[in-house]
Amino acid sequence: MAEGEHITLRVARYRPDEGETEPTLADYDVPLRRDWAILDALNYIKDELDGTLSYRWSCRMGICGSCGMMIDGEPRLTCATFLTDLAPGPVRIEPLANFPVIRDLIVDLTDFMHKLGRVKPWLIRDEERPVEDGEYRQTPAQLDEFKQFSMCINCMLCYAACPVYGLDDSFVGPAAIALAHRYDLDSRDEGDRQRLTILSQPNGVWDCTFVGECSAACPKGVDPAGAIQQVKLAAAQEALKSLLLPWRSR
Amino acid sequence: MISPLEARYYRRRMPLLWWVRRRTHALFMAREVSSLFVALFVVELLLLVRAVARGATAYEAFLDAMARPAVIVVNLVALAFVLLHAVTFANLTPRAMIVRVRGRRVPSRAILASVYLGWLVVTAFLAWLVLA
Repeated sequence: MAEGEHITLRVARYRPDEGETEPTLADYDVPLRRDWAILDALNYIKDELDGTLSYRWSCRMGICGSCGMMIDGEPRLTCATFLTDLAPGPVRIEPLANFPVIRDLIVDLTDFMHKLGRVKPWLIRDEERPVEDGEYRQTPAQLDEFKQFSMCINCMLCYAACPVYGLDDSFVGPAAIALAHRYDLDSRDEGDRQRLTILSQPNGVWDCTFVGECSAACPKGVDPAGAIQQVKLAAAQEALKSLLLPWRSR
Repeated sequence: MISPLEARYYRRRMPLLWWVRRRTHALFMAREVSSLFVALFVVELLLLVRAVARGATAYEAFLDAMARPAVIVVNLVALAFVLLHAVTFANLTPRAMIVRVRGRRVPSRAILASVYLGWLVVTAFLAWLVLA
């Protein structure tokens, strides 16, 4: 890489407060540095070239899940995508697909927040133990059952990758179902029937056609597509059981 | 009721041909379309059963109809799609099914191998039934 080399970032800008009715692309030349991720380049634009550019970011290390954007049409974390891998450019940077755009690279995630709450992603007990009885314990093997699904950082790349959600945003979506499944698999939890009832409703797991792009997009190795199919299987088994053994269904 | 702020959000629509741009999306659509060919084979099987039930003449007429070049071409295309359907379905099984034997999780490779083994056994049985 030659000293002083540059790369062009083609960044989506949308400023409704200035009367814009649709996004446009603006070109910015930034230094092509080996140690720079897209996020570093965006920070460079904000600090040195155009302070009005708006985007979300926080940790810079793939944990906070706030810097997800479409990079050349692919949903990626900008902190984990390096400029040198995209050279010579230009690199197109747009807000996450399938969500309404508030401004520039910022999307509105309210829809997901509502959905996440609806699937009850917390420990549900039939009877809560008193606090003085101590914590609910589990073995490392029991932890391994759900650990993969607990790695979700709510970055929304899976929603941006999901054509089902893109075509109809009433679908609960990959991350919310994966997080519900994480609690279903938790040995301390007793709420799987409650969640199954919610997830087998219209707009739940059965909306998923197993495109599989959510799992391909996930930066944390969670497999939301797998989680959805596992919930489908559980729902089907439960339906069959209540059909064949109605007296046994609780 | 949306707020004035929300009214200014830019909402994007997915184009009708959203699936042509990516190879994985196109493959997905091919898998979806393959269901139609699975249905076609089911219909052909039902027609065969009906022809057999109606006697030797109807059965001969069915065989003649199936031997037409156009029908053979359609069936070859259908076979390709049904194979795509079956292979992709089988390959996705380990992700949908978590199997435990004596408390231990069966590795996904073993599940996949057993699915293909089952397929092979059924195919061999049918081949024996038809050819023997």
